[in-house]
Amino acid sequence: MSKASFVVRRLLQLGVTFWAVGTVLFFLFRLMPGDPTAFVVSAQMTPEARQQVIESYGLNEPLYVQYMRFLENALTLNFGQSFHTNQPVREVIWTYLPNTLVLMLSAFVVAYILGIVLGVLTGWYRGSRFEKTTVVTALTARSLPTFYVGLIVLWLFGATLGVIPMSGMGAAGQTYDSFWARIFTLDFLHHLAAPAAVLAFYYMGYPLLIMRSSMMEVLSQDFIDVCRAKGLSERAIMFKHAARNALLPIITAAAIALGYAVGGSVLIETVFGWPGLGREMVNAVLRRDFPVAQGTFMVLAATIIILNFVADLLYGYLDPRVTYE
Amino acid sequence: MATQDKPSIFADIDDGDVDQEDESVDRWRRNLRLWRETLTEQWRMLTDDLMVRLAMITIAFFMAVAVFAPFIAPHGPLTRQYEGDAGIIIVDWAEPSFMSAESEYLLGTTAEGFDIFSQLVYGSRAALLVGLVAAVFTAGIGTLVGLTAGYYGGKIDDTLMRIVDFLYGMPLLPTVIILVALLGPSLWNILLAIILLQWRSTARVIRSQALSLRERPFVKAAQVAGASDWHIISRHLAPNVLPLSFLYGAFAIAWAILAEAGVSFIGLGDPNTVSWGTMLQSSRAYSALDFGAWWWFIPPGICIGLVVISGFLIGRGYEEITNPELR
Repeated sequence: MSKASFVVRRLLQLGVTFWAVGTVLFFLFRLMPGDPTAFVVSAQMTPEARQQVIESYGLNEPLYVQYMRFLENALTLNFGQSFHTNQPVREVIWTYLPNTLVLMLSAFVVAYILGIVLGVLTGWYRGSRFEKTTVVTALTARSLPTFYVGLIVLWLFGATLGVIPMSGMGAAGQTYDSFWARIFTLDFLHHLAAPAAVLAFYYMGYPLLIMRSSMMEVLSQDFIDVCRAKGLSERAIMFKHAARNALLPIITAAAIALGYAVGGSVLIETVFGWPGLGREMVNAVLRRDFPVAQGTFMVLAATIIILNFVADLLYGYLDPRVTYE
Repeated sequence: MATQDKPSIFADIDDGDVDQEDESVDRWRRNLRLWRETLTEQWRMLTDDLMVRLAMITIAFFMAVAVFAPFIAPHGPLTRQYEGDAGIIIVDWAEPSFMSAESEYLLGTTAEGFDIFSQLVYGSRAALLVGLVAAVFTAGIGTLVGLTAGYYGGKIDDTLMRIVDFLYGMPLLPTVIILVALLGPSLWNILLAIILLQWRSTARVIRSQALSLRERPFVKAAQVAGASDWHIISRHLAPNVLPLSFLYGAFAIAWAILAEAGVSFIGLGDPNTVSWGTMLQSSRAYSALDFGAWWWFIPPGICIGLVVISGFLIGRGYEEITNPELR
């Protein structure tokens, strides 16, 4: 199979996956117990007025009509309006998605730089005490729930020492011209530091362990001996020759992990009161605001699906040995 | 004929000579012996590693605590220890007994008047229940689906793998949250939601193993000899992928406990049972952080961490057995 037809087939699969996720989600929310209109329809309304509101959301029509409309709207990225605030869901997503992305990306950059460097070192100094302690630390970091580490950090540095803010993304009452004007303020960085550090500590373990085993594999190859025979310094062999060749599995793993990180943003955002997409989804689920819950979930799922797709393509692009079958 | 007490290496061949009525008994015995040998060998390799031994001791310890919870815990996990002036709402908690002389509670009480130590002890039940049940089902379903897809190939493989692809598109925690909101907050629903998603990775790995296994001569030989598909899958393929299933089962313990803790922490936990996640959630709801009541929120997290890291360590130990290159 040629590369082009692989990409086309993979794109078709992407479409089918999107459709499946959307469909399952649509029916799940319609099956949910509890009247979703309870929030928009107040008890004081006359039955006629109530009926009118229900009709304006299209909730009186048969399920398949609602479903067809849902598909039609999903194609134009229209997820309806919030039952709670009446705001279009698209706007809700645009408000919260950037916040999640800033938090995740900054944590990710730190985690991957640290993880890769430590992975190279542990792979190189195999069997040393340094390797053992680092690997055990990485495993511990992956075993402790992020929200728990977040709680401890909040308790130690927030409640006890008072050096980090207890919640939110900026001091109350501040307004900024734009999103970019906001994230380059000291106040924002002050709020970002703790949740990003907790996340980075958690995500670091994955690249570290992959890089370590990848290094071990590369170090057993002949060209490393050739480098030694040429009289290159150990450091040059470690970083210039071994690490660069060991980097390949990290790149695809990073793309996939980033998708799941955005999807898993729920907990850390809840702990730190970070106004991100994950927390908004939880809130929407809790108040049965299903257009918002559906829309935010779709974005989280789409991130994973698209990044998995990117990882597949990257893999073939970066490693010429890959064949498309 | 194979002697019963001293198995010969020709046991497989000798089987053909066994009398008709002895055959089934003998086959059972042989199966049993093979399983026992494989498991003992792997157990030895596994317990060779100090970290794995420590992890197993930890899990065994928590299992014992879970089983004997009523004898260890001094109070019921959801029994109020005292009533406030106003009756039901109690906001002044007792400090741990090692910090204040008046207190008779080892780790103090919660703002609702529950004994924290007892909650911690009973919490191990929820954690281990979720972990072990999820492990059995994820490994079981994943192995079955993976073997079926890999062995039959073609349309069956395509269909099953598209389902797995779809599941891979679902973010774990948000999906569990939505399913639990849909089905109602109970421990079983959380468990069900976790299992529904978790088998995906096991299925994918087992399938790729089965794809290569089915091309091996021993499978071809069994096919030629007229063995049924089920016989080949259960007798010839399954034992070969078993270490991998165990591996994913061990990891599933850890992931399931983390997921349950996370969902409970968000506030969608089972209101009628105590888990370490719900303990953390209520400590947060009553701002134990701001009051510095560390004895409320530190212990449950440590317990989660210990069980989860044990699961990961056992999994890694097993990984080294299945993939000798890691050693």
